[in-house]
Amino acid sequence: MKQGHHPVKKYGMAIDLDKCTGCGACMVACMSENNVPFKEDESNKLDSITWMRVYKLTNGKAYPDTEICYLPRPCQHCEGHNGHAPCVSVCPATATDYDGETGIVSQIYTRCFGCRYCMAACPYHARYFNWWDPVWPDGMEKYLSPDVSPRMRGVVEKCSLCFHRYQQARDKAIFEGRSEVAEEEYQTACAQACPAGAITFGDLNNPKHAVHQMVQPDKKHGGRPKNPKAFRLLERLGTNPKIYYLSSREWVRRAGDNYLAGGSGKKAASHG
Amino acid sequence: MDSALIPRGVKRCPIWQFALGLGIVGIVLLWGVYAMLLCWFKGLNQTNMNDYYGFALWIWADLAVIALGGGAFFTGFLRYLIGKDELKNIINFAVVIGFICYSSALLILGMDVGQPLRSWFIFWHANVHSMLTEVAFCLSCYFAVLTIEYIPLILENRRINKVPFFHNLGHNMHEVMAIFAATGAFLSFFHQGSLGGVAGVLFGRPFAVREGVLIWPWTFFLFTWSAAAYGPCFTLLVTRITEIISGKKLVKENVILLLAKISGWMIGTYILAKIIDTWYWATVTAPARGFSLMDFYSNNSLYGIWILVLEIVVCGIVPAAILMTRTGRRNPTARLVAFVLGVIGVCLNRWVMVLQTMAVPVMTFDTWQLYYPSWQEVATTILPVAYGVILIMISFRYLPIFPQEAELNPIVTSDHPIEEFVSEQLPAVAAQDLSPAES
Repeated sequence: MKQGHHPVKKYGMAIDLDKCTGCGACMVACMSENNVPFKEDESNKLDSITWMRVYKLTNGKAYPDTEICYLPRPCQHCEGHNGHAPCVSVCPATATDYDGETGIVSQIYTRCFGCRYCMAACPYHARYFNWWDPVWPDGMEKYLSPDVSPRMRGVVEKCSLCFHRYQQARDKAIFEGRSEVAEEEYQTACAQACPAGAITFGDLNNPKHAVHQMVQPDKKHGGRPKNPKAFRLLERLGTNPKIYYLSSREWVRRAGDNYLAGGSGKKAASHG
Repeated sequence: MDSALIPRGVKRCPIWQFALGLGIVGIVLLWGVYAMLLCWFKGLNQTNMNDYYGFALWIWADLAVIALGGGAFFTGFLRYLIGKDELKNIINFAVVIGFICYSSALLILGMDVGQPLRSWFIFWHANVHSMLTEVAFCLSCYFAVLTIEYIPLILENRRINKVPFFHNLGHNMHEVMAIFAATGAFLSFFHQGSLGGVAGVLFGRPFAVREGVLIWPWTFFLFTWSAAAYGPCFTLLVTRITEIISGKKLVKENVILLLAKISGWMIGTYILAKIIDTWYWATVTAPARGFSLMDFYSNNSLYGIWILVLEIVVCGIVPAAILMTRTGRRNPTARLVAFVLGVIGVCLNRWVMVLQTMAVPVMTFDTWQLYYPSWQEVATTILPVAYGVILIMISFRYLPIFPQEAELNPIVTSDHPIEEFVSEQLPAVAAQDLSPAES
């Protein structure tokens, strides 16, 4: 393989909320793929781990005008300003990092000492603490993914955009003498599992990738989508996330950010 | 039984009474230790923290005790760097309180992290962008300084002081104490500030985030300022409590009045800065992020606008007004009320910056989350209080913490009649009560 300068990638997602049915297949696929531990009683969602969590949104109107939208929320892999994502800049032990080559926010489980400052910093609640040691039902440990290390009690974990899949795809490409990983070679488990095809994953910097074409990120304006149907969660906080959402419904797009009563401030990324 | 260890010229309660007190507080301490061991061995699932409340009671307690311990660095700053010589009569106690507060903070941090055995990673893999890194470095260094400041006090114990090496060591440490006080003040300015920065840099949390100068948000400066302002209040409050329990005057009025006056002016100026900060945050910072002030104080059952009024008006303006005015601070009851309000005020500020930050929903489809601590969290938070009480009891009994105690409380003995003592000492006492510092 030729050694040389590789174009910087920015892996991200476009989630079409008009297509999402809220089935939860993405959540299940994520947990299975990444050895996410679960409790015997998962009814308390405040201390259970769901790297991918599906929220149910309503327009707040009474029947027959009620509308519902399901919003899958993985880690938003914020870039912040120059890689200073909200969580990355605060971690005292550099246990979470912004990868300049892929745009993925990593979590180094063996370095995390569980101060949870990153959790306090994340407005999306995408970070989870291992309040317990993982306990798998008898025999299930045989079905754990060998490519992802299970986490121990006392450390924080979160969505890695299935980084182990990127490593495998990159290794394969290098072995075959290629310098680039093809779009279909690196896909996250949630994107592949979604039966409605609501999740599109790829390199936001690559115009050939579907995610780029759907979102049309505007590099000059911090990656804001040019597609008027697309938006990012909490755009105006400056977290600069790489997870984009699409919806044809105005109320859904407005649910992505906070607005002052009276509309004194137009949405930072106003797209419709 | 232990009379040989008790400082000369002062009277202490019988040993059985002392042991009984120690035993009662010791039971509370053991309760806390039991809860601490549960947390260490079974994990943080023993707490009521959750993924919304990664920071909770312990981090509040941490920030609160460090703010309250601010009396040590600020009194040291005033005594050694500004030259307020009268404060030498309370600096020892301020150091003891500071030592208790900072060692408690480190203990709480040791419990709060999920992997305590990895705590050293914060130094080894330090992230220079993190305010918590700055906190860890300055906190550890300042605790070392406080230990150095506390050691000479221990060496002044009657029995220890008889050993020539310890006597000389203590003497020499006293000689260079100004250097350590200056170092401590420098370190403390930074870590008090960086604790404020911990909240202020959270740009994903509109309730906490603040603009600032260079890398430091305004909360950085407000935390330092409030610790310097309210810390002496706590020192004076604990001094008063010690006086009440021991049943004697321990520090002369002029010393109390001087520190109270400085504290009052610091609170007054701090509250002015806090009001400006709140106004700017409410009208510029939060709206730029799509939030109005009342978004942070409505739609939940606890955090109403009352908390802002309580912090700024009742626990800020009121104690400042009492302590800044001569009549206010000269009235012992009003002064005590001001100390209590001040202590509540700074604790409330830390509570709000930690707990309310976690409670406020940021995503539009999220909801307020309230939290109450588990008994293990409560017990481990009371643990440092019990430890502090015990350390004060021991220090007060065996160390010359209050240099004016003997003078203020002459012991009547057959070979040392009270009349003789009073005739020698009282004019000096009276003169100091009207010293220029307060006049």
